[in-house]
Amino acid sequence: MRKLKELIIEKLILICGLASIFFVALIFLFLLKEGLTLFKTVSPFKFLFGKSWYPISEPAQLGILPLILGSLLVTIGAAIISIPIGVGCAIYIAEIAPLKIKETLKAGIELLAAIPSVVLGFIGMVTLVPLVKTVFHLPTGLTALSGSIMLAFMAMPTIVSIAEDALYSVPKTYKEGALALGATHWQTIWRVMLPAASSGILAAVMLGIGRVIGETMAVMMITGNAAVIPNSILAPVRTLTATIAAEMGEAVVGSEHYFALFAIGIVLFVISFAINVTADLFLHKRQQ
Amino acid sequence: MVKFDIKDLNIWFGPVHALKQVSMEIQANEILSVIGPSNSGKTTFLRMLNRLNDLNQNFRMSGVVKLERKDIKNIDTELLRKRVGMVFALPLPLPLSVFDNVAYGVRMHGRKTKKILQDRVEESLKEAYLWEEVKDRLNESAFKLSGGQQQRLCIARTLAVEPEVILFDEPCSGLDPISTAKVEDAMVKLKQKYTIVLVTNNVKQAARVGDRTAFFLGGELIELDKTDKIFTAPQDKRTDGYIRGKFG
Amino acid sequence: MKNPYRTQNIAFFFLFLATLLIVIPVGLIVAIIIQKGLPAINWQFLSDIPRQGMRAGGIFPAIVGTIYLVTGAIIFALPIGLLSAIYLSEYSKDNLLTRLIKLAIVNLAGVPSVVYGLFGLVLFVVFLKFGASILSGSLTLGIMILPVIITTSREALESVPQSFREVSLSLGASKWQTIRHIVIPNAIPGILTGTILGLGRAAGETAPILFTVAAFYLPRLPDSIFDQAMALPYHLYVISTQVPNVDEKIRYGTAFVLLALVLFMNLVAIIIRYKFRKKKKW
Repeated sequence: MRKLKELIIEKLILICGLASIFFVALIFLFLLKEGLTLFKTVSPFKFLFGKSWYPISEPAQLGILPLILGSLLVTIGAAIISIPIGVGCAIYIAEIAPLKIKETLKAGIELLAAIPSVVLGFIGMVTLVPLVKTVFHLPTGLTALSGSIMLAFMAMPTIVSIAEDALYSVPKTYKEGALALGATHWQTIWRVMLPAASSGILAAVMLGIGRVIGETMAVMMITGNAAVIPNSILAPVRTLTATIAAEMGEAVVGSEHYFALFAIGIVLFVISFAINVTADLFLHKRQQ
Repeated sequence: MVKFDIKDLNIWFGPVHALKQVSMEIQANEILSVIGPSNSGKTTFLRMLNRLNDLNQNFRMSGVVKLERKDIKNIDTELLRKRVGMVFALPLPLPLSVFDNVAYGVRMHGRKTKKILQDRVEESLKEAYLWEEVKDRLNESAFKLSGGQQQRLCIARTLAVEPEVILFDEPCSGLDPISTAKVEDAMVKLKQKYTIVLVTNNVKQAARVGDRTAFFLGGELIELDKTDKIFTAPQDKRTDGYIRGKFG
Repeated sequence: MKNPYRTQNIAFFFLFLATLLIVIPVGLIVAIIIQKGLPAINWQFLSDIPRQGMRAGGIFPAIVGTIYLVTGAIIFALPIGLLSAIYLSEYSKDNLLTRLIKLAIVNLAGVPSVVYGLFGLVLFVVFLKFGASILSGSLTLGIMILPVIITTSREALESVPQSFREVSLSLGASKWQTIRHIVIPNAIPGILTGTILGLGRAAGETAPILFTVAAFYLPRLPDSIFDQAMALPYHLYVISTQVPNVDEKIRYGTAFVLLALVLFMNLVAIIIRYKFRKKKKW
């Protein structure tokens, strides 16, 4: 009797163990099911490289190049801001900060990671957007730059915590060896610690960027949502994610527009999949 | 009576050949000491007897181990481990109270009334010579006991499930001489009721408590004989060398 | 020759600067929301329904909606997540399948939240015909927080010393008995931490509930799990961007309540973890 009960529980555990694979597959299948329908009427090439996104005009033009470029611009901007600051902060926490400050800083970073993106978007709207507007004398502060700055803050917690982990797991002997040879602390960090932790830091950066590409609410609230090919970082843009979030509410289920939004979902899924798998490989390389 | 009958036992962990072609018998109600340098396979041998090696993913074996003429592969693992108890190298109390530590195994083998549990706990603690020291502290965390007390608690915990064989894996390696003496006393008295296999790094301990002594080296059983014979007239010069402290 | 100590001082200055560039804005964000949001908080704001097209009144339905959603998500995700963590920590072998499961978890954690929204829309709302409802939203959020729960629970289970398992097994306890009586009880603080972090994450997310549950304006409480509901993060989005002329106080007040809710949960998780580390018995 007890044996039977335990057998059932163990089977249940196995099934739940497979749940993650099941859900990833399920998400991908349902995205494909809806998204691929679009390609009956629109060629994938035209979809990916079409220069205009007018989903409700007649006939609808469903080219996502402006959206891809919008995402790319915002992401590059966020990466330029967040990578040096994030990695720098990670080095400071891992190597320089005294123990007490270290704990406080880590808690602060966790705090940042916990702030909901809609709150960051709201704060960006009321503080950053007017600031960008006045500083650059623009008609509107809802620009790619504002989005980049806000998104940088969403990438930083990921970058800091994973990079700090990577630095922390460099064997103590490396560091002690370098210091014993008379290198300064900074020389040790620069010549020994950073190279030794490089694949972990790379993974940290990739995962941070992954977070930026997938971020939705904050970008939608502060980038201005103009689905045109951006010509400057000070122009309004619209990202892939914001497009889905902003338009799905109005798209009629089963329409071309609806399927196109799912096709964008496929693009996002594939990008995040690629980033996560690659980052995971880097993290594993480090462990070996 | 033969308790364990071991024939041509080989054990591998991945590519490592940990135990080579070991054959021996273990008699009921004897204390068998197992000595040898570290990595000689003696702990692997011990963990074979209640199939704890199975927990290692890379474990492979050949040969036969029989408990009272029955291949242990054909005995239900949980029942086998109930019959063949184990005391580990370090005192390893579970993060429970003193009482619950001793009662844990009993509870796992079916529901018991409170009275039966209490009796069993008291009896086991007395057998392990711990009762007097802890009878007023049964509800305290087991981690509050001293190292020697913790180790006797672990013995009591093993006794409580009423085993036939008790395996001791270097049970005194973390203890001071006085605690060691107490544990050794307990072992000698336990021999009346149980079969004991004692793996030890301490050659003198083997000489003090063992009826017979087995010497392992590099995964092989080099010699097995009456303890006084091993210590006075060993057949193999490697045994002699180890006992005299030439290596190990 | 360059003085290495001068280089070091300059480098350390920049590292410190980088840290300040994160810490100060975080402090500012929290400070602004507290300073401007706290005065808006009163009993009426918390307990009243929104009035005059959300330009007045309170946010009670949004608070209740968020509580419903988060509760639903955890009811779904905790059992699956915990069992999945048990599988990984206690049963899985070092093989391809385990590698795939871990990869799937990493990916599940990386899927953009708006894609979860799409998925929830097509599977729960349309395909399973739950409609835009608390049920659909909870399930979507539940799948989204699964990786958080699995990862933290697994870490907690794996941090229980192997020797405890060996002791329990050596006493003749079965594998499940060992997990049930030794491993899980000693991992509970970690599992709790993961659960609360998952709750916090679910409470703050907007994109997954956009098309699966969120009501733009629903000045009453939902009657059943098949009803739509308002939710705090979506409400904040709506009154910040979709409704003109909303009093700043209401916006900041809503942001404050949402932030306080999420940070409170995180704080609880941090405290549990800290206390547990101190109390650790082995």
